[in-house]
Amino acid sequence: MQRYSGFGLVKHALSHHENWQRQWRNPTPKKEYDVIIIGGGGHGLATAYYLAKEHGITNVAVIEKGWLGGGNTARNTTIVRSNYLWDEAAALYEHSMKLWEGLSQDLNYNVMFSQRGVLNLGHTLQDMRDIQRRVNANRLNGIDSEVLDAKGVQALVPIMDCSKNARYPVMGASWQPRAGVARHDAVAWGFARGADARGVDILQQTEVTGFKILDGRVVGVHTNRGDIGAKTVGCVAAGNSGVLAKMAGFKLPLESHPLQALVSEPLKPILDTVVMSNHVHGYISQSDKGDLVIGAGIDGYLGYGQRGSYSTVEHTLQAIVEMFPIFSRVRMNRQWGGIVDTCPDACPILSATPVKGLFFNCGWGTGGFKATPGSGHVFAATLAKGQVHPLAAPFSIDRFHTGALVDEHGAAGVAH
Amino acid sequence: MFHIYCPYCEEHREEEEFHPKGQAHIQRPEDPEACSDETWGDYLFFRDNPRGVHHELWVHAVGCRKFFNITRHTVSYEILETYKMGEQPSVTAKSLSEKDKQAGVQAASGGWQTVGARPESDALNKGARV
Ligand SMILES: Cc1cc2nc3c(=O)[nH]c(=O)nc-3n(C[C@H](O)[C@H](O)[C@H](O)COP(=O)(O)OP(=O)(O)OC[C@H]3O[C@@H](n4cnc5c(N)ncnc54)[C@H](O)[C@@H]3O)c2cc1C
Ligand SMILES: [Zn+2]
Repeated sequence: MQRYSGFGLVKHALSHHENWQRQWRNPTPKKEYDVIIIGGGGHGLATAYYLAKEHGITNVAVIEKGWLGGGNTARNTTIVRSNYLWDEAAALYEHSMKLWEGLSQDLNYNVMFSQRGVLNLGHTLQDMRDIQRRVNANRLNGIDSEVLDAKGVQALVPIMDCSKNARYPVMGASWQPRAGVARHDAVAWGFARGADARGVDILQQTEVTGFKILDGRVVGVHTNRGDIGAKTVGCVAAGNSGVLAKMAGFKLPLESHPLQALVSEPLKPILDTVVMSNHVHGYISQSDKGDLVIGAGIDGYLGYGQRGSYSTVEHTLQAIVEMFPIFSRVRMNRQWGGIVDTCPDACPILSATPVKGLFFNCGWGTGGFKATPGSGHVFAATLAKGQVHPLAAPFSIDRFHTGALVDEHGAAGVAH
Repeated sequence: MFHIYCPYCEEHREEEEFHPKGQAHIQRPEDPEACSDETWGDYLFFRDNPRGVHHELWVHAVGCRKFFNITRHTVSYEILETYKMGEQPSVTAKSLSEKDKQAGVQAASGGWQTVGARPESDALNKGARV
């Protein structure tokens, strides 16, 4: 792997930047791998990277039906935070946050992780009580978190309407200073490059169409490029997880919904933090390129079409303009949707399955980008040992029968 | 944006008048006190989540406020039929796949599509799907 550095940049300038090495290979599939990972999104690629790096397992393939990051990984609004309510979720997301903090160095790839802080606004007394409770829980778990009043919010974001005249006046917020944003496609590319350099085969344009199961044990997958054998298979297919589970003969408690986002024309720097509101339902930040990045809520119906309804976008923009009257005449540039795999308790599924050797990592729904490194890290350990990692243990499929749900609707109520 | 035919109002209205309410035809276990955790968990949390034909419950929230059913394709988003509570669907994944075989029409496999769903009736009459 060609290491990136300031010196390298100067060196390559001399040859007009025409001799940079390709970031990963485009190999032909082998007959068999130790581990196959289905889904070349951030979570799948991170899993492959940590499998190779931390567990020395390099006979690995990542199978992706489209292109790297073409799923939700490069369709999200890039918000990263760890201020979740329950111990189980907080531990998992904070594990991820710690990995984010060293990720660019570790990958030798600039993922543009920017800890510009995240505000979760409260607009009602009940919002503020919930925020108090969540912030207290966060602090007990060693996660940086503060409660701000309206004045404190206004000081951080002078352009927001924090007056009493708003339809839903801002009463305060929770504030996590270490939270922020990262460049999502760079995350997929950085993990892909790191995994490839350690010998992982990344097979794009390869769709898994079925599982080879022998005596209740997975022994490989069928793909549009032929059958590929494997001792262990990890499925990390976000919105399509239910479809893959059905191929393997069981059901998941997931529903696939469209989730939309949009970006404006580029503006000069005006918003230097991330603002989210559950109550009026909108969230916004400004990318380094200058565009406002805005996320909507899910469309309530099932959808695999990577697009949703215009009325959902309209409601989101109403919320944004309500909070930021100054943006009322900003023009929007692009709008798109992803397919999110929502789970009844708004927490992921990291689990063994009824098929031996087959593990699923899914259900991240509207908020899994922030978990990319942590999810990959614990899932790699799970695949390497054939046994679920302690941080992942509370998130098994069993919980929908035992009743031990991890209800994060309060902390994850807004789609992000 | 959907244009939805309410079987009670007997006219097409815009999507914003309606709310989707999830999978249709879910049976509550007859004796919840006696059923296993398995059955109860399945009833509460495990839904059909097909990439294809789906039967779902909607409510005409700001119209007649009645619940009714829609059969819809979850990739093309096309509405294939709407029918009243208590009725059974006439279009199913099975009936459609047979029709496809006859007409040689391929179901859309998803991906990039920018148009909204079309009104259900005209496509149904032509027997084609997007
Ligand atoms: C609009 C939007 C905004 C969001 N905002 C945020 C946010 O601000 N913060 C946050 O934390 N999260 C956010 N999320 C959620 C986040 O994007 C996802 O939870 C996360 O990216 C999931 O990553 P993944 O790698 O599991 O999935 P994906 O990136 O979707 O990867 C799954 C891959 O599997 C592939 N695949 C599927 N089926 C097959 C098959 N049969 N064979 C081979 N490959 C297959 C797909 O092509 C896809 O590339 C948002 C999501 C959306 C859509
Ligand atoms: Zn009606």
